[in-house]
Amino acid sequence: MSGDAPLLRLTDVGHSYGGAPVLSHVDLDVTRGQFTGIVGPSGSGKTTLLKLLVGMLRPSAGRIERGPDLRVGYVPQVESVDWHFPATVQQVILMARPGRRLAPWASPAERRRVEAVLERLGLGGLAERHIRELSGGQQQRVFVARALVRDPDLLLLDEPTSGVDVRTRHEVLHLLGELHDAGHTIVLTTHDLNGMAAHLPHLVCLNTTVIGSGTPREVLTPTVLEATYGAPLEVLDHGGMPVVVDAPHRSEPAAAGGAVMDDLRVTTTADPDDLALPTVP
Amino acid sequence: MDAFIEAFMGPFAYGFFRNGLLVATISGALCGMVGTYVVLRGMSYIGHGLSHAIFGGFAVSSLVGIPYLIGAGLWGLGSALVISQVSRRRIIGADAAIGVITTSSFALGLALFALFGQRGRGFEAALFGSILGVQLSDVVAVVVVGLLAGGVILVRYRELLFATFDPEVADVSGVSVPRTDALLMLVLSLSILVTMRVLGVTLIAATLVIPAVIARMLTDKFHRMLLLATLIGAGTGAVGMVASYHADVQSGPSIVLVGGVLFTIVYAVTGQTGRRRVAAAHV
Repeated sequence: MSGDAPLLRLTDVGHSYGGAPVLSHVDLDVTRGQFTGIVGPSGSGKTTLLKLLVGMLRPSAGRIERGPDLRVGYVPQVESVDWHFPATVQQVILMARPGRRLAPWASPAERRRVEAVLERLGLGGLAERHIRELSGGQQQRVFVARALVRDPDLLLLDEPTSGVDVRTRHEVLHLLGELHDAGHTIVLTTHDLNGMAAHLPHLVCLNTTVIGSGTPREVLTPTVLEATYGAPLEVLDHGGMPVVVDAPHRSEPAAAGGAVMDDLRVTTTADPDDLALPTVP
Repeated sequence: MDAFIEAFMGPFAYGFFRNGLLVATISGALCGMVGTYVVLRGMSYIGHGLSHAIFGGFAVSSLVGIPYLIGAGLWGLGSALVISQVSRRRIIGADAAIGVITTSSFALGLALFALFGQRGRGFEAALFGSILGVQLSDVVAVVVVGLLAGGVILVRYRELLFATFDPEVADVSGVSVPRTDALLMLVLSLSILVTMRVLGVTLIAATLVIPAVIARMLTDKFHRMLLLATLIGAGTGAVGMVASYHADVQSGPSIVLVGGVLFTIVYAVTGQTGRRRVAAAHV
């Protein structure tokens, strides 16, 4: 791959862990400057696809081409580590420092680099703080800082807003928007259609294979969503932004004596704050 | 007062005691250092299992008549490789693999000693540790392994730390996690092998865990925990060995009891902070 070639190209990629395929016939390009969210239901292969992109897994079928000297920064879910581990913020970031320096302590240049990354992510005063004492948003920032210290071409994040409150989700979305504006290529997985995915410039709907790919307006449609999630979903318009809700549930008229449940509607966005999030350009 | 000092210093006149004290001190430091990784990785069961597996090799080598450092060393390495293979192929779970292989090896050692009637000082020493069995070769072995372990930890500090904290991300950040894990297993096996004579098979796991847990209660920083665990291990090894002579009990139980007493004191003194830190440790 050369010139304007994608950073990563997946051609007819499939993967299985020994049983039924988790991914099958996946074609996907990741180009420089892209900011993509991979959405899909639980078990749709989102995390497996991300691990294939990172290089943690090799595909069972198909081909993955990587750009020459591609540097990938991986940000796992915050629940993936023990936050009681005896380490400060600075130590966690220093673990990922590049190079093959034999001395166990960091060089002054490495420390300056970590300080710069911490400042950039608004963690300047927290370098010496134990990681247990951080909020959910700060923990996510530490993970992003750890990835950035290796100066990656591509940042891959696994469910960066999983299990966080609305405020932290705002923080994470703003941070990623800033990183994208600064020129980083970002791919993330998310199950959060309204709080996260709808605010991204590009989405890939996944359920074992790629169901749809495009802007939120192009792929957050009832047809693509039903094919992705296997359940009827409706899409409302909120100030030009798509908002996904469960389709009305209509039951057949009950037999004599039975109750009739008609037009029962459950929305997936219980929190009105979700609708006030900015859209990443 | 003079009588007290004379009684205290008395054993230092014996060469075997000086050797034993040196080996116990270095063994304690070595186990404290390696134990830091064992505790933070939740591997204490592996340490316990490997020490029992090595006992089988000890029995075989003493019956065949080859140096136990070679026989038991090869046996321990073989056991570690079999455990690794069985658990990697997911034939059975890693915990079950460790349980089956290491306790079978331990049982084989017990059966061989019972059948061939060589139970005696060597048998007791292997189980519970003994100051009397310490020879110059043991001193050399523990010094060499101590230097090797210290060197590995110094040179591979970042890789070992990263693979302990977050192996998944370490693996995609240029750290060969399988190689790092194998290196740690090798250092752990060698540490158990050379400290077995003084600490005893049944109590080595405690000397891997106790200094590291005490150190964890005292600090929130990894490098301090590593240093403190090494110093605490050395201290409990030395004090335990002296106490062992005066109380006339085996060195293994004596060293572990000193560690246990220190743990209780630190647990009480550090209060909520220490308890919160140690509650999160994977022992």
